[in-house]
Amino acid sequence: MTLDTPPKLACPDQLELSGGLPTLMGSRCRNCGEVYFPASQGCTRCCAIDMEPFTLGSEGLLWSWTIQGFQPKTPYNGGESEADFKPYGVGYVEMPSGVKVESRLTVADPAALRIGMPMVLTLEAYRQVPGEAPVFTYAFAPAA
Amino acid sequence: MDNEVAIIGVGLHPFGRTDGLSGQQQGAYALREALKDAGVEWKQVGVAYGGSQDGGNADALSNHLGLTGIPFVNVANGCATGGSALASVIAAIQSGMAEIGVAVGFDKHPRGAFNPRPKDWGLEDWYGETGLMLTTQFFALKTQRYMFEHGITDDALVRIAQRAFRNGALTPHAWRRRELSYEEIAESMPVNLPLRKYMFCNPAEGGAALVLCSAKHARKFTANPVIVKAAVMRTRHHGSFEVFNPGLAAQQSPAPTVMASRAAFELAGVGPGDIDVIQLQDTDSGSELIHIAENGFCEHGEQEHLLRSGATDINGRLPINTDGGCLANGEPVGASGLRQVIEICTQLRGQAGQRQVADAPRLGYTHVYGAPGVSAVTILQAG
Ligand SMILES: [Zn+2]
Repeated sequence: MTLDTPPKLACPDQLELSGGLPTLMGSRCRNCGEVYFPASQGCTRCCAIDMEPFTLGSEGLLWSWTIQGFQPKTPYNGGESEADFKPYGVGYVEMPSGVKVESRLTVADPAALRIGMPMVLTLEAYRQVPGEAPVFTYAFAPAA
Repeated sequence: MDNEVAIIGVGLHPFGRTDGLSGQQQGAYALREALKDAGVEWKQVGVAYGGSQDGGNADALSNHLGLTGIPFVNVANGCATGGSALASVIAAIQSGMAEIGVAVGFDKHPRGAFNPRPKDWGLEDWYGETGLMLTTQFFALKTQRYMFEHGITDDALVRIAQRAFRNGALTPHAWRRRELSYEEIAESMPVNLPLRKYMFCNPAEGGAALVLCSAKHARKFTANPVIVKAAVMRTRHHGSFEVFNPGLAAQQSPAPTVMASRAAFELAGVGPGDIDVIQLQDTDSGSELIHIAENGFCEHGEQEHLLRSGATDINGRLPINTDGGCLANGEPVGASGLRQVIEICTQLRGQAGQRQVADAPRLGYTHVYGAPGVSAVTILQAG
């Protein structure tokens, strides 16, 4: 995707946009090597608190999925009216490190989703309210 | 064991919707019913543990029952609130802190799905704002993965819901008392696939309470005490697949249910094959599906056959959720775990009427699971 101005992000700390594809950022335990998304202050595996930033990447495999069939209550802030709400896909995507990242999916068609299929990270304008800049979040799309 | 604790009284305020009664009033009603059942006065109670999620503080029930000065501890463990309160009362009685104790839970939730605040769970706002923080979503994602790994089809999810509503129809105090056909469930609105409308329980209202004392004194109060052989609560380990997790660890580890269940069986000195009647957390069909195996009642993947064969029906080998469970009773979070215990007590006392499990069941089992990865299990024996 091409954007003229930097997009307004719901979770800027979780994303790196300087390269070609958006990339998810997490952390890794310096003691035992366990990887976390989002970045964690401490390691729940070995109880150490020595963490370093870790790049999770932009591609993974679909690990599980569902379709969000009803409009969530607050704190969801998609901003659309109940009548305008469209179901969206949600899944966990297994990244190369083995960590599974929970994410919106760009497709909401059960027939187009299959556990194990390759997915690629993109940005999605999940909040589009007239008179406001759209707000983007990360989402996974089926890899071409 | 000479340090065992017994349940000597049970009380319920029917679950569902009760306009005009607050959650605390429904809790107080249940507690009075339990005291009446035990033949005990509130003045004789030496310790109380209780909780609700949306119904206010449990210790405020003293304003309804009487200000007797006892230690009354508020418990807040989500869906495992009742189980945690019960485990705490038992420990208090075993320690000699009190002779008679009560566990009470109640709630009154707004309609519709729960809407938790990310900050309460140590999460950032974006997780909720972008539409990822829903319990229904989590149950669906966990169920979808589980069915994939163990070769289970939607048929199992439908049958669980169908049995719940069939049992609910036999339960006078259940909220949902209409049997649903296979098609009605299978074709109901997709809420979070693979889970559909009639595969989810609804937040509700209600109250539940238990009166307990040392097992050696139990017969002073009642002719049919129920002995608590085990009451165990456990929280999650690193790597278990729990609700409200933006990321899951590379290596999965057993759920808190597995740990609580194993510990309870060990403590009680019995195995899953010895249990005559079972209550499992069924906030949705998928959760019960997983919990049947996590609690040791079958191997992972055997559920579909088990359900199809009728083994989990009231007249089957493993009667599960004989009162219709959360699916037919709704889930007032604070009271839900104690309702399960009450149903098992009712079955062990032989007082379950049309839904009574045959041949005088002797051993019963209850299991709750809740956010953010808490499980409580009890094993109960007819006294
Ligand atoms: Zn570590």
